[in-house]
Amino acid sequence: MDRRKRPFRWTAYALMLLSTIAILLLCVCMGSVNIPLADTLTVIWNTLWGRPIPQGMSRSIILLVRLPRVLSVALCGVSLSLSGAAMQGLLRNPLADGSTLGVSSGASLGAILAIAFGLTIPGVSYGGAMAMAMLFAFLSLVFILTFAYRLDHSLATNTIILIGVIFTMFAHSIISLIITFSGDKVKSIMFWTMGSLAGSNYQNALALLITLVLCGALILSSSRELNALAIGEDNARYIGVDVKRVKLRILIASSALIGVCVSVGGTIGFVGLVIPHMTRMLVGPNHRRLLTASMFGGAVFLMLADLAGRVLLSPLEIPIGVITSLIGSAVFVYIFYHTRKAR
Amino acid sequence: MLSIQNLTVNHGTLTALSDVSVSIQAGQWLMIAGANGAGKSTFVHAIAQSVPYQGVIRYQRRDLKTMRPNEIAREIAFLSQRHQVNYAFTVEEVVTLGRFAHRQGFFSATDSQGERKVHAALEMTGMLALKDQSMLTLSGGEVQRTFLAQVFAQDPNLIILDEPTNHLDLKYQKQTFELIQEWITQPNRAAVSVVHDIGMARAFGTHAMLLERGKMIAYGDNRTVLSRNNLMNAYGMDVEGWMRTILAQWEA
Repeated sequence: MDRRKRPFRWTAYALMLLSTIAILLLCVCMGSVNIPLADTLTVIWNTLWGRPIPQGMSRSIILLVRLPRVLSVALCGVSLSLSGAAMQGLLRNPLADGSTLGVSSGASLGAILAIAFGLTIPGVSYGGAMAMAMLFAFLSLVFILTFAYRLDHSLATNTIILIGVIFTMFAHSIISLIITFSGDKVKSIMFWTMGSLAGSNYQNALALLITLVLCGALILSSSRELNALAIGEDNARYIGVDVKRVKLRILIASSALIGVCVSVGGTIGFVGLVIPHMTRMLVGPNHRRLLTASMFGGAVFLMLADLAGRVLLSPLEIPIGVITSLIGSAVFVYIFYHTRKAR
Repeated sequence: MLSIQNLTVNHGTLTALSDVSVSIQAGQWLMIAGANGAGKSTFVHAIAQSVPYQGVIRYQRRDLKTMRPNEIAREIAFLSQRHQVNYAFTVEEVVTLGRFAHRQGFFSATDSQGERKVHAALEMTGMLALKDQSMLTLSGGEVQRTFLAQVFAQDPNLIILDEPTNHLDLKYQKQTFELIQEWITQPNRAAVSVVHDIGMARAFGTHAMLLERGKMIAYGDNRTVLSRNNLMNAYGMDVEGWMRTILAQWEA
């Protein structure tokens, strides 16, 4: 059997994990102040085992600034690319992604409503924004897909993208309206809408990790169903897939992943579009390989994008969303052009 | 094996199929014929549970509406006339998906007989040499044969075919009908297919049903149903006379 059809061997997983850890350490070491790798490893190791940290090492930069930020960036990358890969399989559309479908804008609207109306969850900072972002991501996805299906039963690329664009414009007009009437909360809303993972803390990373473990398990356990759905919804039904149940499972899990990422770092566009597409070219469309490879690819891509944002114009910082959108829009045009040309 | 009672399908205010009752026994191959818009595809899509319907469809005395999708897929396979694959899955990956309903346990890669059944299905349909080829590079006929292989890999007892030879050239049309005819000779197997070619229906079917504007106008033994008069009623033309005229061109 061709090796592309089998799941990865454990050695491949180990290699991907080691590469991701290597990039993570590189991103912790590099920045406006470069820290030697040995110092970074010593600080992290000693902190993990409760040992004292030698004097002169940049403890606070590593533990309080860079590590929580890089962890949050990596987890966002994993979450966004996993949800993108799942949605592209579910909709049989290589251009499906939280940002192109308008789901990220829906999640932003939910989070801003929570901030503007002071919705909170006791004990969890930004808990209200997080919950509302997840809820609105799901509702947006259901609305967009239902509307697209009513217009065009085949859920063609053009229809979905067009509705995604219209929905994004609608969500942004509501966001502008809320900002206009938000009074003293305008500062915190504006700060949040700028979208950045620069101020991420361990609580953000934990929220991302918990959502990823729960929703990632749902998506990864549906890899065979996603293969069937990627070939065709009717065919999936004929071979025994419970299509409605699987669709709902994937939509809820993807929305939750996008929602939590938006609530932590604002809208980081195109990661879910670019990474699954690149990964599919490398490992093929079989979701048993594609999903896991996309997860590692997403983490590495977003960590490197964040690093580029920090060092390219240092001491100025380019927002991570700007870098991903610059790369993503170029890839979007490439995919769109080739999809149209192939017809 | 399959019993259909008072099957009615409505598309909005339009009645696509009205009060159709038939039963299919093991060893039978039921051919569904009729003019465009007669309700042929709607009939087989109702069996496949793809369209909402009134009436009862029972497989081995169990109402299909009470069976889970994977239970149905282990017994009944469906070959559609249209396929659109957007990603570069290989032929073997698509055929292997036919074993989806036979998966044993959550973590198992495939079922015990999976690889053998997939290999046999690829061999039967002549797709073994192309098993590693991307679906995006196949011709329409090769795509149809891949999905026919998926149906065989599914190892059902009843195959439902909606115009199975639509994209196939004459050689593969003949081969496909012969394959299904041979497949039915195994115990407890039957097939239902929508056909446009009345010659093929007469040559390969055991039973036939003629539909006209959603109503069943004839059902029973193949030769009796596909008679000159019945075909005249179903198609509004002398089908037999026309086919004989075409055949005469070869004899001249």
